[in-house]
Amino acid sequence: MQTKVENNKAWFLVMPVFLIVAFSAIIPLMTVVNYSVQDIFDPQTRYFVGTEWFKQVILDSRLHEALLRQFIYSLTILTIEVPLGICVALMMPTKGRGASIALILVAIPLLIPWNVVGTIWQIFGRADIGLFGAFMSYIGVDYNYASNPTDAWLTVVLMDVWHWTPLVALLCYSGLRAIPEVYYQAARIDRASRWAVFRYIQLPKLTNVLIIGVLLRFMDSFMIYTEPFVLTGGGPGSSTTFLSQALVQQAIGQFDLGPAAAFSLVYFLIILLVCWVFYTTIMNMQKDK
Amino acid sequence: MAWMSWTLPTALFFIGIGVILVGMTTWQILSPCVERRGFLPLATTRGDRLFIGLLSSAFIHLAFVALTDVNIAVATVLCAFWMLILMRWG
Repeated sequence: MQTKVENNKAWFLVMPVFLIVAFSAIIPLMTVVNYSVQDIFDPQTRYFVGTEWFKQVILDSRLHEALLRQFIYSLTILTIEVPLGICVALMMPTKGRGASIALILVAIPLLIPWNVVGTIWQIFGRADIGLFGAFMSYIGVDYNYASNPTDAWLTVVLMDVWHWTPLVALLCYSGLRAIPEVYYQAARIDRASRWAVFRYIQLPKLTNVLIIGVLLRFMDSFMIYTEPFVLTGGGPGSSTTFLSQALVQQAIGQFDLGPAAAFSLVYFLIILLVCWVFYTTIMNMQKDK
Repeated sequence: MAWMSWTLPTALFFIGIGVILVGMTTWQILSPCVERRGFLPLATTRGDRLFIGLLSSAFIHLAFVALTDVNIAVATVLCAFWMLILMRWG
């Protein structure tokens, strides 16, 4: 009879990952914590200020506004991208050459670097040389993302939807392909409607990929920087200045390293809290099933 | 290490976190925990309660800093009690 041998050698296999995470995340995070309690000009010139920067950052109205914008932005793009991604996945061909072509076409936006996406939409939205801007002018809409906050928001949201809906679509597509054919056969025997098939077979089977999709999209959108920075530069005014851009303005633009470190930690805690709430809620919903 | 600009309070903070993690790991090896339901509205393991406790303590500290002029040590003592209650009955 074979007995199960227990040893802890597998832990050594985890060591490289631990070291990489330590150097790329834990040590920088520790440094940020150290910076957040000091008025710091360089490692030698620094003064301990305790919790002063945290008080300043938490009571800063610019942070409140950027946080509100960030939540509105993330919720807006999740509300659009998740249903749209599911629809795209449901419409994609499942067999033959069409399936390969559809996969490639859908994946193209994901392959484009973020700053290039910003540049593409910057040109695309211009009324003089851009297709979208020219179209809006043609149908009589006074559209200018550089001067009108609503137009800037519309463009930033559209850009994100264009860039990231494919991710949700591809995740859902893989989830749909993993559903065994017998479920559909049973549904046909029961003469289930298309909606019933979606509601009682496809959607429950997509739960896991949707959890990943929602979490990924939430975290990514909550940390968005490059695309709006390239497209609008946070303007007009500060109407599209999201948290990370406000943070960069403080850390690099003004070189206020102490307040910026405190800002980063508050930002980190908010992301941690929201992700934990999302994750726990979704996992408990699954357990209840 | 000088480039990390260490201070005594932050060093003590990270030593504290390190000690808690080592302690929890040892506790888990000596007596593995089972998921249970306490006053929190969800079933939790010991590690879950530690995470919830640390995260909520961070927000309690932030609230103290933002809303009051009370010494931050008061928040730390309150959070220590909160952690004990959470770990035992959470």
